[in-house]
This record gives sequence, C-alpha cells and structure tokens, in this order.
Amino acid sequence: MLRSNEAPLWALFSTGGVVAAFLIPVHLVLFGLVFPLGWLRPPTYEHLLGILRNPLAKIYLVTLCSLPLFHWAHRFRYTLYDGLKVKHLNELIFAFCYGGAAIGTVLAVYLVWRIS
Amino acid sequence: MGESIVLEIARYSPERDAEPHLETYEVPLRKEWVVLDALNHIKDKIDGSLTYRWSCRMGICGSCGVMVNGEPKLGCATFLSSYAGRKRVRVEPLRYFPIVRDLVTELGDFLAKLKKVKPWLIRTDGPLLREGEYLQTPEQLDDYRQLSMCINCTLCYSACPVVGLDALFVGPAAIALAQRYNKDSRDRGAKERTLILAHPDGIWGCTFVGECTRVCPQHVDPAGAIQQYKVGSALAWFEGLIMPKKRRKTEDRHGAAAD
Repeated sequence: MLRSNEAPLWALFSTGGVVAAFLIPVHLVLFGLVFPLGWLRPPTYEHLLGILRNPLAKIYLVTLCSLPLFHWAHRFRYTLYDGLKVKHLNELIFAFCYGGAAIGTVLAVYLVWRIS
Repeated sequence: MGESIVLEIARYSPERDAEPHLETYEVPLRKEWVVLDALNHIKDKIDGSLTYRWSCRMGICGSCGVMVNGEPKLGCATFLSSYAGRKRVRVEPLRYFPIVRDLVTELGDFLAKLKKVKPWLIRTDGPLLREGEYLQTPEQLDDYRQLSMCINCTLCYSACPVVGLDALFVGPAAIALAQRYNKDSRDRGAKERTLILAHPDGIWGCTFVGECTRVCPQHVDPAGAIQQYKVGSALAWFEGLIMPKKRRKTEDRHGAAAD
C-alpha cells in the first residue's frame, strides 16, 4: 500500500504554526506597539544592526520568515482542496503553495545575508 | 394534554421514495424524555413504520446516533427539553452514510475501515495465554483508557467534513481505536497498523477540524489521537533521515512516512 510523504510537510506546518503563534506576536508587540508608543526605550539602529550581524540572529530571522510560510502553504493547500474542492489540481496547488514558501525562504535568506 | 413539541423526521423507503423527505409528528414535551423516547412514542402511538436503531437507552451501545437539528447526537442522550424553545426539532439519519430506511444508515463502509486498522491485541511473541495473563500497571492502562471508551456510534464520522469530502478517509473512530491498541503495552501490532494509518487516507487525511472530538459522547478525543500519531510519524521520519539505519526500527513504532 502507498505510504505518505506528508510527514515532513506536516512537521514544517506544525513548527511553522508554533513560530507564527508564539514568536511573531512578540515581534509585533515590540516593534508595533512597545517601541513606537515609547513604553520601552527602542534600540538604536546601530544596536539592531549589530545584533543582525550575528549569524545566529540571521538564522533566527530566516526561520521566523520561512516556517510560517510553510505553515501557510500547508493550510492553504488543504483550504483549496476542501474549500474549493479542487483536489484534482493537486500538482498545481502543491507547486504553488510549497513553491511559494520556498521562494519566500530563498528571498529571506538573500535579504538577511546581505546585512553586513 | 400538556406541552408538546413537533419533530420533523426524515423518512425514506427505498422501494417507494426517490429521496428522503420530512414528516412532522407532535409528541408530548416531557422533562425526562430524550429524542429516543419521542421516536419510541411515535412508533408505538402514531406510525409503527418509523424505522431507527436503538438498544441500550443509556449511551453505551452507540446504536441510536442521529442528526438532531444538524448536529450528530445520541438519541438516548439528547433531552427534548433542550429544544423546548424551538418550534421544531429536526431528526435525520447520520450525515455522510448511505440510508437504508428512515433513520437507519448503512455501516458497512465504516466497519470495513474499522477492521482494516486491526483494532484488537496483536501478539506473536511472549507467553501463551494459557500460561497466564499479560500484566499491566495502572499507568500503562491510563495510556489508552480514554481511547478505549469508543462505542463505535459513528457520530464523529458525521461531524467530520473530511469524511464528507473523501470517502476513502479512514476516519476518526477507526484511527482512535488503532491508537488505543498501539498505546496498549500488551500489543505488538503497531507495525501492521502503520500501512493504514501513515497513509494519505489515514492520519494525513485529517485537517484537524476537531469536530470529531467535540461531538464524541464518550470524550474519546479522536482529533488528539490523530495529532499524536502525526507527531510520532514526523519525528520518526526525521530520525530516519538523520539515522537511516534506525529508520526501519522507528517506522515500526511510529509509522514514519517512507519515500
């Protein structure tokens, strides 16, 4: 009987969900509310740039961008399958969703690695 | 006569009707009556041809599942008084199942899926039964106890939109029951169940809508059981990627998705 290749895709979806739910809100609150409203003193541009020059910070940022994209890809794929009932377009939807997430990841890597 | 309530019941006779239609019946609205009591009242006093399944009347046999106002419910556990404010209560056969007659559905497909996941203890090693029982600690029992409460009422199948979209999906109860035996310390059948569970029509068909868990009258949590199996499968897949030699061994335990 055919076995599934869904495990790694689901793992990306699952970890992406955790990142989207727990880490992204922290960044949104910090950079969208706390710093602009002056609740905490914002870091200087040089300070942030210094952090981003650290390879670990770059890996973190890429992960922060990439995993939620794969979370979106998996959820959107099934939304199209079940919501629009277009499972017969499986290959196209698969390429669009995960291909989009992969392109987003490559773009994130490019942008983050350019910081020097 | 005291207060009454109107039931709209789906009726279908394959030899007479092209498709189901609704018929209305007025029944007494008694505080202690459940939907099944109302059906029994109709059959005894109004229309003896009404056909439905029931047996224990106490939420154990799982026979009397019906759609009540669009929600899968056990007829014996759904009080009419809960619907006292409504003008009508609609009672229909469980959704996504072929209808045999009136409220009776065809369970052959479900039973075939159930059988496929081998929901029984599988042992090919260890002492024979006549040499004594397999002992189990209370903690080992707790691992699967809740999953063993399933009464095969199939409410979860009627609640699951994936079942409605994909007829091949193994479905919540069968997967939960497979997990019940996978988690049993006496069982050695996880490998045999893997081919069915770690399949596109098995756990990966589930999109975690969670309705199965919400409607389960036994609080079995099939959705949780499916997600647990997904985590085990995903971890086994990555373990196999890092340590290919261990791959086969871990697949046996967790049903990793092989290429």
